[in-house]
Amino acid sequence: MRIVKIIVIVLLVAFVGIQFIPTTRNQSETVPQSDFMQVHRVPEAIQEKLQTSCYDCHSNNTQYPWYNKIQPVAWFLEDHIKEGKAELNFNEWDSLSSRRKASKLRSIIKQIESGEMPLDSYTIIHKDAEFSEEEAENMINWITRLKDSL
Amino acid sequence: MKNLKMGIAAILLLAVSFTNAQEKEKKDHDHGAMKMDHGKMMSQNSDAKAEIILSDYFNLKDALVGDDTKKAAQMGTKLVASFKTFDKASYTKEQQEALADIIEDATEHAEHISESAIDHQREHFKILSKDVADMVAITGTKNKLYQQFCPMYDKGSAWLSTSSEVRNPYYGSKMLKCGKVQKEISN
Repeated sequence: MRIVKIIVIVLLVAFVGIQFIPTTRNQSETVPQSDFMQVHRVPEAIQEKLQTSCYDCHSNNTQYPWYNKIQPVAWFLEDHIKEGKAELNFNEWDSLSSRRKASKLRSIIKQIESGEMPLDSYTIIHKDAEFSEEEAENMINWITRLKDSL
Repeated sequence: MKNLKMGIAAILLLAVSFTNAQEKEKKDHDHGAMKMDHGKMMSQNSDAKAEIILSDYFNLKDALVGDDTKKAAQMGTKLVASFKTFDKASYTKEQQEALADIIEDATEHAEHISESAIDHQREHFKILSKDVADMVAITGTKNKLYQQFCPMYDKGSAWLSTSSEVRNPYYGSKMLKCGKVQKEISN
């Protein structure tokens, strides 16, 4: 019993301790001119879906739920966002050349088609980020048309 | 025991409020700025650099023809390095811009190829093939190349080969000879 108590206390101290380590928050109030939705005319339903399912990790602005402000969850998340933005940042869409845009759009289609994105670790909490079959189809069709029009 | 529980609850509450307070400060934006270093300035032999890229590309293609994921991944890594050392200096300004664009795109696809399963590798190989073909259109090559085409893979996909014989990199052993020569490239 004693040993359990000690372990619990140590863990608690560690848990509290790591809360003081500052993290970088991925938040921004402005949407730049180069944003995907500023550059293209995006239908509302598609906009909403992109916003809920993609923008948390693929833009400069994440909608953080409260539990994502607690370590070590926050670290885990920070890592994902960093990686996600390096791969694709919708806010900086227009800085890409047409070739790069076409490449990215193609990847987006493949990722949704194969169900790799949004990540399972994300949709397990963000149920609304999941794509229904219909949503996936609409998204893929729309992005395909955009890609072909570039 | 009860005390302990209360203690845990209190500490949790404390932790949450601290993180909320922290939230005020927000920083952002380190979007891995474009890294573009093109080796050291060598003699004007940029063609040789392009030939190295082509030879890596053909090795990659052969690996995919042979359904060899591991080899394909290695060639992906090799390609990334070869793209990096490509020297644009001897080209016109416009060509340099086009080449920079092509290489940035191609590098990304090569990176993905270096770390993916074979299906993914083939997806990326398709776009990489277009990039490499566009590069050759600018740099030229000393060898005669064949652009081949498979109408079945992803609504039709092309690739380059040094041989007129069709060996399909998109299907490998499943459909080794599917495809045809679309055009010959030489200069």
